[in-house]
Amino acid sequence: MRGRALLAVAVALVVLAVALTRLSANQYYYFAAYVIFQYVVLATAWNILGGYTGYVNFGSAGFFALGAYTAAILIKAFPVPFPVLLLAAGTVGGLLGLSLGYLTLRLRGVFFSIATLALAVVLQTLIVNWEYAGGSRGIYTMRPATVLFFDNYVEFLFVVMLILALGALATARWIEHSRLGRGLAAIRDNEEAAECMGVPTLRLKLVAATVSGALMGIAGAPFPYYVTYMEPASTFNLDYAVNSLAMPMIGGATTWVGPLLGAVLLGTAQQIATVTISSALNLLIVGVVLVAFVILAPDGIIGLVRRRRGGRHA
Amino acid sequence: MFSFHLLLNVIVAGILLGGFYAAVSLGITLAFGLLNVVNIAHPAFVILGSYAAFVVNSRFGLDPILAGLLFMPVFFLLGIGVYRIYYASFEKRAEESLRGLVFFFGIIFIIEVSLSLQYGVDYRSVHAAYVGDSFRLGPIELAFRLAIPCAMALVLTLALHLFLSRTFYGRAVKAVSQDHLALRLMGADPVRIKGLAFGIAIATASLAGALLIMIGPVEPSIGREYIGRVFAIAVLGGMGSIGGTLVAALILGVLESLTSTFYGPSWALAVSFGILLLVLAVRPSGLVGRAG
Amino acid sequence: MTAGILLDVRGVSKRFGGFEALTRVSLQVREGERFGLIGPNGSGKTTLINCVSGALGSDEGEIRFAGHDITRLPAHQRTRLGIARSFQIPKPFVSMTVLENLCIPAEYAAHARFPGAGADVVAEAMEILRLIGLEAKAHAPAAGLTQIELRKLELARAMAARPRLLISDESMAGLSSAEVDEILAILLALNERGIAIIMIEHIMRAVMRFSQRIVVLDAGARIAEGGPGEILNNPAVEKAYLGE
Repeated sequence: MRGRALLAVAVALVVLAVALTRLSANQYYYFAAYVIFQYVVLATAWNILGGYTGYVNFGSAGFFALGAYTAAILIKAFPVPFPVLLLAAGTVGGLLGLSLGYLTLRLRGVFFSIATLALAVVLQTLIVNWEYAGGSRGIYTMRPATVLFFDNYVEFLFVVMLILALGALATARWIEHSRLGRGLAAIRDNEEAAECMGVPTLRLKLVAATVSGALMGIAGAPFPYYVTYMEPASTFNLDYAVNSLAMPMIGGATTWVGPLLGAVLLGTAQQIATVTISSALNLLIVGVVLVAFVILAPDGIIGLVRRRRGGRHA
Repeated sequence: MFSFHLLLNVIVAGILLGGFYAAVSLGITLAFGLLNVVNIAHPAFVILGSYAAFVVNSRFGLDPILAGLLFMPVFFLLGIGVYRIYYASFEKRAEESLRGLVFFFGIIFIIEVSLSLQYGVDYRSVHAAYVGDSFRLGPIELAFRLAIPCAMALVLTLALHLFLSRTFYGRAVKAVSQDHLALRLMGADPVRIKGLAFGIAIATASLAGALLIMIGPVEPSIGREYIGRVFAIAVLGGMGSIGGTLVAALILGVLESLTSTFYGPSWALAVSFGILLLVLAVRPSGLVGRAG
Repeated sequence: MTAGILLDVRGVSKRFGGFEALTRVSLQVREGERFGLIGPNGSGKTTLINCVSGALGSDEGEIRFAGHDITRLPAHQRTRLGIARSFQIPKPFVSMTVLENLCIPAEYAAHARFPGAGADVVAEAMEILRLIGLEAKAHAPAAGLTQIELRKLELARAMAARPRLLISDESMAGLSSAEVDEILAILLALNERGIAIIMIEHIMRAVMRFSQRIVVLDAGARIAEGGPGEILNNPAVEKAYLGE
């Protein structure tokens, strides 16, 4: 039944995408939808470690930016085909997750979180000091003039991000229903008991950190082409860190549907809000909603719906 | 000879900076080390303290340090309030690890964005007659804007040390972290004691914030740079030891001062991150928790 | 002599800072044996169990299990070799149902050891639940169980790992007299299936009835060993408990 739900989501997103390409000539909608799909990837990636395993990553912006810069530097250095960018950004993000995890995941969970908080700041410093990556002035990326099967490059990027979003959701759903996912849930519920019941907790946490980091890196790979000009301050923007954890926490962190729901709701609201109100106020609202949810509705919207349904049955 | 002179000045500047770092980190040592409340928002509260000092300094011309001291009771109450919410929503339900962290992260965000909405993202600074001056001690030049915060930080450290070791409430705070039985024998309510201690932790942020804006101009997001620092110091200092915090802060201050002089100021941030990762990687067994 | 010895703890010490929680403790548990571990509060029973199950590393000494040196093995590998434990304070996987709780050790321990043997994890878990008397709650969320049900879940979950040695850490503390008898009956039934059991308990009536052999710890050191009758008449044990 869950399989059908994922299929339904896939069909809905593709229909939406086709409708956009056919009905609207306004490129703004592509850009807006691209951003929302990007958040679907980031929120889903965050949730694999955060929601499934119970380890909070505050450094999503760092993982995302690292993926984006990996792609930008590759594009600058060699004429690489697009899939290589995704592969490279995913590899770098995954390795970062693995190494950070290896250093801190043997300890209490908070140390991992603290390390991720400091990580983004340090990575940003690294980029600012790296002349080849454009330093603080930023780096320009030229979009290829033509791309096969598409009228323009924005449409292409939009479809790429749609596929990445579906890929991330499918990965999360697969993990959730696999032996790996059950092991991760055991770690989240009680790590000591999980280890004593035969779950190789460290290895599983490292797998989760690697997959999560890789997906975040991949989400950043198309970014240089999307913006064409990147600079550290906006690429390492706190928006990414906040949204990629706020979306699953608000949607519901224990299933793949939660991050999707959160990303679509919060992402759409923010796209509308940035047009009408200032982006700072917009972020303040996200922060307040996030705090309200963790206090009042710890299981997110999904939890609220389940509770209501349960109430009706009882 | 000249390079030795430079080195000496760099190290002294580092010690002064480190002293100030101690003031910023004491709140973390208290909350994280002793109460096991992972208040990652502490640096944001410090920035809030900076802005409080900025507002009364620019409006009434009040001395920033005096402002920092004046706001301590307000921050104390704020801290108690935050802890009450934290306790009722997370600690009591044993959900502090995931949601409690997200809660504090949300607070960072709310403080930061509110400040930038109210005061903009420009750098703000305070005025005091002595801020620009310096004095010489033999070959060493001491700037008041660094020396005074360091001195105040040492006073704060000493005061906190005396509070924890000499007073009934201080001993109760220590007992919260180590020995619940002893606490019950003392007839103290752990939740009340923790709230009180958390209030004190946040109160230190008021003074630390005033010192921060005295050292240099402040903008709302500058607190993020301190997250790595304060936790590196708390962990290096042995989690929950006031003396350890001071020593760790001085070490970090000197290392950062050396790094920024010889490699460039932007690398100073990487020092605390490096120390944090190194300490976590090298001696994990000592950090997993106290004997239970 | 070593034939039939399942768990061999040789001179294990454990320090927490300056506090010596265990001082060169040795003990042996035979295959299928019912073994009691007693001692006053703070005598080091739980620390010893943590060292055996792998939750804590030991500072000194050697621990062997079924011929393997497990002193340095992580806990999950010890479980796969056949050591399973229950926790004094129940630690259920709260987001799962009772049955799902059992599936974790079944998938990660039992089937890691016997690949392909009895692929039907669920049927196996249901059988354990029946044996323990928890089958009615199989699909109930673990978060809503009563205290005795939680204790039973602890034992059932440990059993799902298909252990050769089951460590029951105060499974009866705080239960009523009838409930104590119920748990005792379960442990005896599990033992009938050839599983060696270490019972850590304060309830003397239960330990004495259950154990074939008992070791007494006091202040981190072993002070006595013997059958229930010998232990009851041992002056050193009496001194440890009553403190003179």
